[in-house]
Amino acid sequence: MPEPSADLGSVPPDAILSLAKVCKSYGEREALKEVSLAIRPGEFVALLGPNGAGKSTMFQLLTGLFNADTGTIRVCGHDIRRSPVAALASIGVVFQQTTLDMDLSVEANLVFHCRLHGIGGRESSRRIAAALERLGLAPRAHEPVRALSGGNRRKVELARAQLHQPAVLLMDEPTVGLDPASRRQLLDEVLALRSGGAAVLWATHLVEEAEEADRVVVLHAGKVLADGPPEALRRAVGRATLAEAFLGMTGGRERAAAEPPPAPT
Amino acid sequence: MRLAHALLALQAVASREMAKFVRQGGRFASALVRPLLWLVVFAAGFQNVFGVSIIPPYDTYIPYQVYIVPGLLGMVLLFNGMQSSLAMVYDREMGVMRLLLTAPLPRWYLLLAKLLAGTLLSVLQAYVFLIIAALFGVTVPWIGWLQALPVLVLSGMMLGALGLLLSVQIRQLENFAGTMNFVIFPMFFLSPALYPLWKLEESGAAVIHLIARWNPFTHAVEAIRFALYGQVAPLSLAVVGGCLVAFFLLATWGYDPQRGMLKRTGKPG
Repeated sequence: MPEPSADLGSVPPDAILSLAKVCKSYGEREALKEVSLAIRPGEFVALLGPNGAGKSTMFQLLTGLFNADTGTIRVCGHDIRRSPVAALASIGVVFQQTTLDMDLSVEANLVFHCRLHGIGGRESSRRIAAALERLGLAPRAHEPVRALSGGNRRKVELARAQLHQPAVLLMDEPTVGLDPASRRQLLDEVLALRSGGAAVLWATHLVEEAEEADRVVVLHAGKVLADGPPEALRRAVGRATLAEAFLGMTGGRERAAAEPPPAPT
Repeated sequence: MRLAHALLALQAVASREMAKFVRQGGRFASALVRPLLWLVVFAAGFQNVFGVSIIPPYDTYIPYQVYIVPGLLGMVLLFNGMQSSLAMVYDREMGVMRLLLTAPLPRWYLLLAKLLAGTLLSVLQAYVFLIIAALFGVTVPWIGWLQALPVLVLSGMMLGALGLLLSVQIRQLENFAGTMNFVIFPMFFLSPALYPLWKLEESGAAVIHLIARWNPFTHAVEAIRFALYGQVAPLSLAVVGGCLVAFFLLATWGYDPQRGMLKRTGKPG
């Protein structure tokens, strides 16, 4: 079991996704400060941080929408700055904000994605049918996305992100705005992907979601504060639950002040 | 980039653009009503005010309605080009742009696919306008229908690339009204769409004449005018082609994650 907050600068050789000392500023504001992190195949990693911690910035860098000021991001060995096309081919993304075309049918949205990824003809129909079947959305394939509930829209986005069979799945606060049942369902779907060897980076500000992860990376004010299995994190700061540990770490001086200081380990 | 992949992506972008266009019936109607108003109403009222002398490519006196057809074709291309840029801004606000920009294809190619899809719509609208104009009795030679095609494509792409470039800068949908005032109207009026440029010179508006001669839209209109009469306007074609390359390169630069203008605001869409 890796020690929490182990040497953050080194990248394990079997990492499928890695960030090494990544910095990003928007003008004066430093959104990410020397962030390092690595994910192995089949690992479900929760990126846990309060709002404004830099999670979305990290996703913008991971998806090549922006480039880091300094540092390196690699996906399956491809530097996202030098060979963005190869890196993007190995990534599936569910963005925080929905990116479905509301007026197109569920199927048409998925076909659009397949074609953008160079999957055409029968292969695309086969994959789309299989994905819809698996998520129980087959009967709604021809309905416009607008007619779907928030939970089902998210499922369509999850199905879409997997159509090109990416090695890494990036999910940017995918449960925002979902009711508890839909949230649970989505999390279960993604947890089940681990057996297929997919690596998942799941950003969230909800501790209960992070508790299910293999590893939790705590991001606060653009910095990685801790990185390790939920249980190890909790013990490292001597708190009874991960939620308390998280609050103690990030909870802002204001919130933390009301609580007893963490006991030494 | 595999060719098959590139073509599939182009097909995806073009069919989405088409589906959107078909869905917005009003857009097609207004794209046709706008130039028809100029042709049927404006031109009827003004045909005796503006005397058009014999200038190339015309070899005889022509009615005013005939004179303004190339300019109105240009107007169709101009409006659709700007509307495609509006769609880019909309896609950015709706998040669909993220999906496009994270596809495993070079960014310049994705922008080119957008541009080609928009141009396809532009050219289709231009031909529908030509057909309706013919129904109103305003015709062009048969050779023109054919020879105008490559020129309409080139001009449509140039104006679409200008829209693409503007979409880098336009942050919000509301700014489209500004685009109308500061781009579409000046480009249209400072061109030979409604009157030959020598009229500007003759009336002593030297500065306006100069600006009009440097206006890329002027050259689009002239290139279309000559093509409609089976002739070639080399200078105009060169200007339109050069502007297309310049606008497209600048737009690609604008959408580049390293150097682009998107960087400043931190809003990729």
